[in-house]
Amino acid sequence: MLVRLLTLCLLLCLPLGTQAQTFDELLARLPQGNFNDRAAVVTALGTLGDPRAADVLDALLDGELEVRNSDGRLMRVTGGRNARVGIDVLTGEALGPVAARSSEAVRVNNGLRRTIRTALGLLTLRDPNPARRMAAAEAAIRSPDAEQIEALSSAVEAETVPAIRAALLRARSAAVLGSDAPLEDKLAAVALIAQGPALAVQSALAPHRSAAQPELAAAVAEALAEAERRRALWSQAQTLWFGLSLGSVLLLAAIGLAITFGVMGVINLAHGELVMLGAYTTFVVQQTLRAYAPEYFGWSLAIAVPTAFLVVGAVGVAIERGVVRHLYGRPLETLLATWGVSLILQQAVRSIFGPTNREVGTPNWMSGAFQIGELTITGSRLAIVIFSFAVFAGLLVAMRYSAFGLQMRAVTQNRAMAANVGIRTGRVDALTFGLGAGIAGLAGVALSQIDNVSPNLGQGYIIDSFLVVVFGGVGNLWGTLAAALSLGIANKVLEPWAGAVLGKILILIFIILFIQKRPRGLFPQRGRAVEG
Amino acid sequence: MKHLLFTTALCASFATSALAQSGEPIRIGILHSLSGTMAISETTLRDAMLMLIEQQNARGGVLGRPLEAVVVDPASDWPRFAELARELVAGQGVSAVFGCWTSVSRKSVLPVFEELNSILFYPVQYEGQESQRNVFYTGAAPNQQAIPAVDYLLAEGVERFYLAGTDYVYPRTTNQILEAYLLSQGVAPEDIIINYTPFGHSDWQTIVSEIREFGSTGRPAAVVSTINGDANVPFYNELAAQGISAEDIPVIAFSVGEEELAGIDTGPLVGHLAAWNYFMSVDTPENAEFIEAWHAFTGSTDRVTNDPMEAHYIGFNMWVQAVEAAGTTDADAVIDAMIGVAVPNLTGGISSMGANHHITKPVLIGEIQADGQFEVVWETSGLVLGDEWSDHLPESASLIADWRAPLSCGNFNVETGTCGGSQ
Repeated sequence: MLVRLLTLCLLLCLPLGTQAQTFDELLARLPQGNFNDRAAVVTALGTLGDPRAADVLDALLDGELEVRNSDGRLMRVTGGRNARVGIDVLTGEALGPVAARSSEAVRVNNGLRRTIRTALGLLTLRDPNPARRMAAAEAAIRSPDAEQIEALSSAVEAETVPAIRAALLRARSAAVLGSDAPLEDKLAAVALIAQGPALAVQSALAPHRSAAQPELAAAVAEALAEAERRRALWSQAQTLWFGLSLGSVLLLAAIGLAITFGVMGVINLAHGELVMLGAYTTFVVQQTLRAYAPEYFGWSLAIAVPTAFLVVGAVGVAIERGVVRHLYGRPLETLLATWGVSLILQQAVRSIFGPTNREVGTPNWMSGAFQIGELTITGSRLAIVIFSFAVFAGLLVAMRYSAFGLQMRAVTQNRAMAANVGIRTGRVDALTFGLGAGIAGLAGVALSQIDNVSPNLGQGYIIDSFLVVVFGGVGNLWGTLAAALSLGIANKVLEPWAGAVLGKILILIFIILFIQKRPRGLFPQRGRAVEG
Repeated sequence: MKHLLFTTALCASFATSALAQSGEPIRIGILHSLSGTMAISETTLRDAMLMLIEQQNARGGVLGRPLEAVVVDPASDWPRFAELARELVAGQGVSAVFGCWTSVSRKSVLPVFEELNSILFYPVQYEGQESQRNVFYTGAAPNQQAIPAVDYLLAEGVERFYLAGTDYVYPRTTNQILEAYLLSQGVAPEDIIINYTPFGHSDWQTIVSEIREFGSTGRPAAVVSTINGDANVPFYNELAAQGISAEDIPVIAFSVGEEELAGIDTGPLVGHLAAWNYFMSVDTPENAEFIEAWHAFTGSTDRVTNDPMEAHYIGFNMWVQAVEAAGTTDADAVIDAMIGVAVPNLTGGISSMGANHHITKPVLIGEIQADGQFEVVWETSGLVLGDEWSDHLPESASLIADWRAPLSCGNFNVETGTCGGSQ
């Protein structure tokens, strides 16, 4: 043990022997010079082992470290452009507001960030905060270094959290593989690494594929083959998930159209722009919250959902009352008129909000990703899948069980009869169109999380939406669901094999052939033709 | 068909001048889309041109005559570009046109400028393989952007390259050149993957997971992105969502600038790279002055400046100098006077116009910072002249362009000693 400690100390102290420097001297040099000079200082800070360095490096890694022009004090500056406040990185003393040009940022680049993480790893292997110990272990896995084996071993012994312990063991194994340890240690390391996630196994072991010892090379090759088998198996599940996620986006975009086009028979080319309006409503809601109630920002999407439904629904009612109502039964004129409306909406948004993209934030609870086996599921995608099914279910229930749904179905099936029993068909038409538009607005809220919020947002979805509705069978909500999901999954199955461009073409060809054979889609509406 | 609704081209004239200027105004055409898909990028260039013209008028105009801008809106519709170019040159009698963004819009106006013998300044980075007598290319050719970018990655130790692009002429030609170049640098064919996606591609899940796999072989990998404007936001979002950081697999982009970053939460993008010839963050007195003037002109300190704006700045000043030197706005005289003209650029150097109608520029590699700006991490030691015909493609290796008399040819074959004729 004593020998170990001695070697550890030697390893840590050697670089300092030539140019013994105190913590303060190193800190003073940190803002100076270029990225390479800074990397040298960071490495020295890491090996020096002063626990105060962790806070400094943390701030540097976040790009929040600034040096005050007046006295050269290092501070961590947080807050937005107009509300910058500084705290002393060493003492934690609050330094109050920081004016725009009173301090200079200490810049970092990619290479430097890697160096910082490694240095931080050395410093925080024994940190009381488990999250930082985990980050340290991950940094060590990423850049295995034979000289860290001792430090990692002692950290493994001290570690109590099983997950971090496992990560530390993996890190040590990766370091052992790159060292001149005896063969049996290396074989044990391979066996340990092989239990990790497939991609991690590949990146850790692939460099050792042609190891000098034949036993080791064989063990590595076997572990790699096993990881490849596992990955191939899970990639099927991954394709399915990607397809489901794409399908739910298609479903959201198409479901409003399934009402206006499917149920009412109006070819609404402004549908995409209604989606776009929904996205801009989200933007406005977020801006308002940022300005007046920043503490409720996490709720912005929950507020945007009903707002977008109402706002876009109202626009839909206006379009129906103003334009579409005069054109019932004249599909070509409807097509041209709604296309004109779409251009007007696009240019109006461009004039009001500008032609550039607008930033819509993602609330914290939706960002990030989690693993199921080898499958990575991202929070925003999962939220969209759930949201789109909820919207679908809600719409289905409303259509079947509400009085308005009943009236709507009555008017579409037989307008004259419905009017005779006292339904105000004009009002039902307007509200139905408004409902379709409102749902397009809901789609806009969801799409603002994964796509550009720009005046062109809608154009990307209008063709796909029509495809889904036509393929599923006009006037059938279940058909829309089936069509959206099957098109989504088919697209994702074809994409790795044929490429994104060819995949899309193949889907289009398939739909053309399918419509030739079954002109009324997957699930044709039974009974007498609507309206005639 | 979009232009049906916008048949009336916006014609605005800005002939305000502080100084007494006499004579007919000199008219300058601005041919940038103000509506449609490309408005996102091109509207800024219209504003930049209006500012440059206003500044020049405040300095006394050109040849003692005021300048007058004629603005039209081709609405991102390629045939409309050709119609409006004809209208500007033949109808409005402009002396030079500053415009176009996409290669297809440039290709569609080329015959018009050739037929009517006028001048076009094209400010955007492009795939090269072209040199036309009536066009001055102030954006980057592949050797001024793409090749130095992969040189930087190679120097950083990257061994595997994923070339991702939108499916149209610029990415396809650029990736062809890059692939030939990487192979010549000793990168193995299996370490290069080329992938194309349609315009406006928004579902990047499959491709990003492919990239993640591509980067987990224990050898450093990078993505070289020629993905076009709009598709970038979902691409970077997906990268962040799947947890790929710039430290693991950096993405170097040729179409992502300050303007594009304005619509993204840049937090997860920090450290990804872009190669340009200008960044707003470049610290020179010329640039500080330009940014200040831009903020004053637009009335907003939030507006960013970008590379194509600098290209127009250089192109416009070159044109002014050439007209002053020629003493006339006559196209033939100005085209001859343009070659060799040198003006300061915004990054502290002097750009000059080559005989091939391309200009010299520095190449900068920048890393995205949390504030949406770029931090320059590498730059070429001097300025690089645009190479119109790539030396890395067999079909163009022996071609050169030289518009000086007596050669005066855009595609001269140095092996056979013949000029390929107009192209």
